[in-house]
Amino acid sequence: MELLYKPWPWYVAGIVIGLSVPALLLLDNKKLGVSSTLKQICAACYPANIPFLSYDWKKDTWNLFFVAGILIGGLIGGVLFANPEPVALNPETVVVLSDQGVTTFRGLLPGDLFNWQSILSIKGFVLIVLGGFMVGFGTRYARGCTSGHGIMGLASLQWPSLVATVSFFVGGIVFTHLVLPFILSL
Amino acid sequence: MRNILFLLIGVIFGLALTKGEAISWYRMQEMFHFQSFHMYGIFTTAVPVAALSIFIIRKFEIRSLDGAVIDIPNKPYHHGLIIGGLIFGFGWAFTGACPGPLYALIGAGYSVTIVTFAAALLGTWTYGRFQAYLPD
Repeated sequence: MELLYKPWPWYVAGIVIGLSVPALLLLDNKKLGVSSTLKQICAACYPANIPFLSYDWKKDTWNLFFVAGILIGGLIGGVLFANPEPVALNPETVVVLSDQGVTTFRGLLPGDLFNWQSILSIKGFVLIVLGGFMVGFGTRYARGCTSGHGIMGLASLQWPSLVATVSFFVGGIVFTHLVLPFILSL
Repeated sequence: MRNILFLLIGVIFGLALTKGEAISWYRMQEMFHFQSFHMYGIFTTAVPVAALSIFIIRKFEIRSLDGAVIDIPNKPYHHGLIIGGLIFGFGWAFTGACPGPLYALIGAGYSVTIVTFAAALLGTWTYGRFQAYLPD
């Protein structure tokens, strides 16, 4: 029973995530990708005559079922069988983050930074709202995210997806080292 | 019926993201500081597993359930891969989450991620609104 609550080793998670690619292909020739669902939801809720969003979103709703499943997977893994222990981080990372002002190391998100009250502070607004905006804007601009380019694109040996994936990581590394420490100090 | 299967694949995918801690803000920090192999291990396992699967599907010309030939269209190069990719990376450093983990975090009970998700929708909408004016 205890095993159900434990986090999975990286190779187990990696294999299962990798197998989602053939599962979707074999089921109905679908290509793994998550960020396209953001566009689908925009097209469904508020297309506002924007050409980019004015299409028949109902023709391809498989990915909305797929992401509803991801949400349920999060519920099963993060609530029903939540790991009671903090994430087993490298102690050096804990030191770095503590120096930058992170005080909680429980769960999956630091509760002192990511909470409803903090949205009204500059720090919380940047991390939660501006960060989310850039994720949505950037993934659509790049026409894919970590799953569509980073897994599906790389696995089908498409060099443009490698360009995208490298850009994701360069952006993340640069902001983590140069911008995030300043934001956390606010 | 088929949609139930898409949902089921999503459940397993989301469970792997969650139990693999790929939705953890802390794990992303660790990754961006090059202080753990964990996240790189997930990527470097998932990609070859997916690549090998695609190779086998192509080699033996395996068809999808309804008998269709499996085709994977090319993703052409455009400058947005770099410009948009960098912008996404900047946001990834802040939120610690890509689009997949946003769904999983909401499911895992982190209600404030609903705001991050709504902001991501607004970002996607804004891209669509100004696409014509942006270099591609």
